[in-house]
Amino acid sequence: MKIEIGGVIKKPGSSMEYKTGGWRTFKPVIDPKKCISCWICVGFCPDAAMEKTERGKPPIVDYDYCKGCGICANECPKNAIEMVLEEK
Amino acid sequence: MKQILKGNEAAAVAAKLAKPDVVAAYPITPSTDFPEKMSEYVANGELPYTQFLPVESEHSAMSACVGAAAVGARVCTATSSQGLELMHEILFIASGMRLPIVLYNANRALSAPINIWCDQQDSISARDTGWIQFYGENNQEGFDLMLISFKVAEDPRVLLPAMTCLDAFVCTHTFEPVDVPSQEEVDAFLPSYKPKHVKLDPKDPWTLGPFGVPEYYQEIRYTQHLAMKNAEKVIDEVFKDFEKRFGRKYQKVNPYKVEDADIIFITIGSVSGTTKEFVDKARKEGKKVGAIKLTVLRPFPFKEILPLIKNAKIVATLERNISMGYGGAVYADLAGTIINEKDRPFLLDFILGLGGRDITFKDLEEILNVCEDVIKGKKVERPVWIGVNKELIP
Repeated sequence: MKIEIGGVIKKPGSSMEYKTGGWRTFKPVIDPKKCISCWICVGFCPDAAMEKTERGKPPIVDYDYCKGCGICANECPKNAIEMVLEEK
Repeated sequence: MKQILKGNEAAAVAAKLAKPDVVAAYPITPSTDFPEKMSEYVANGELPYTQFLPVESEHSAMSACVGAAAVGARVCTATSSQGLELMHEILFIASGMRLPIVLYNANRALSAPINIWCDQQDSISARDTGWIQFYGENNQEGFDLMLISFKVAEDPRVLLPAMTCLDAFVCTHTFEPVDVPSQEEVDAFLPSYKPKHVKLDPKDPWTLGPFGVPEYYQEIRYTQHLAMKNAEKVIDEVFKDFEKRFGRKYQKVNPYKVEDADIIFITIGSVSGTTKEFVDKARKEGKKVGAIKLTVLRPFPFKEILPLIKNAKIVATLERNISMGYGGAVYADLAGTIINEKDRPFLLDFILGLGGRDITFKDLEEILNVCEDVIKGKKVERPVWIGVNKELIP
């Protein structure tokens, strides 16, 4: 997307094109063997970047928008989420 | 037609002839005549299509100007000193959003201590806000540069806000004859403003002044800098057009007897007249002195000034401003201009005329003496303060 004079945005909703996941330093990685599908991480994620799946399966992390805050790993009662340093 | 006008009135008459859509202003000494006159023009029907907004502060004045300019209005305001400082954060928003707002500033000292008199610290402190800066020497220049400000600011290659500055009291409250062109002549020079980069259209809504993430912010700043570079050329074009229509010649840099000068004084604003007279006096005494008046400070006229000063022995900047712990603002700009040149003059900044102190022949004589001593090899500590009463210093 080319910039306009004064940074004007002529089409609404351009924030959808901006992937805030690029801000991340640590990435949450879920161990499916430990995960009990309690969805506590889904509820706590401040960016709605954790998506419910079906019972018995771990949630899906939306890495386009996960900023790597680590709240999910902190709240997980089974320590099933590890924050892994991301090399870029 | 010649009219006898105060500097403030000259600026207001020019703004009236520009037929702004919106004027938002808050009165402050010594620019108060400007909002008074503008509200009078609106109230008595001389500006039937202008909205005058008597806001509650200068911060609100510039904010209202930004709002109005963002929907495509031609906008102007006026302020001075503390008022310009209160506008400061919005000055950046006006330039960042590329809104060609025109501001008339009466150059007045900043508090503390509170002081209402002439000093250029206010607009010099706003130098890096992304505004084009014009400085007038007298009321005629104040009038002309106001009209020129609109034309340059609104040029599609520029689209940046512009301020025209006049020295407090020396110009703002002094009556001088000012040649005022007719409305038809001004309309031909300055047609109505029809921007394409901003609009208010509910059927096609745009986001103005949005968030600028790191991936875009630097590019937006870069385009602002390019617009300022474009302004260099546009200012020259507008100066030429103005001269053709109205017969008064403007240049970014105005040399006076510099061809063979060993010592050149650099000035901004009203002191330029005194300096030219002083140059004549010094020339009669056989001294090779010249002067250069800067009409434009931003974009800084590197190209124009360099050939004029490179053969001088010493260039003295007369600064009605001070960056404490450094020195004068024009000195810094000039130092950057000459630093990579092989043949370059010695530079020295002189701090004087702060807070309304008159700059007289005696002060200029003192500057000349310091310059002559430096040429002879004497070392001096810069910046050189002129006229400090040592008896008052504890």
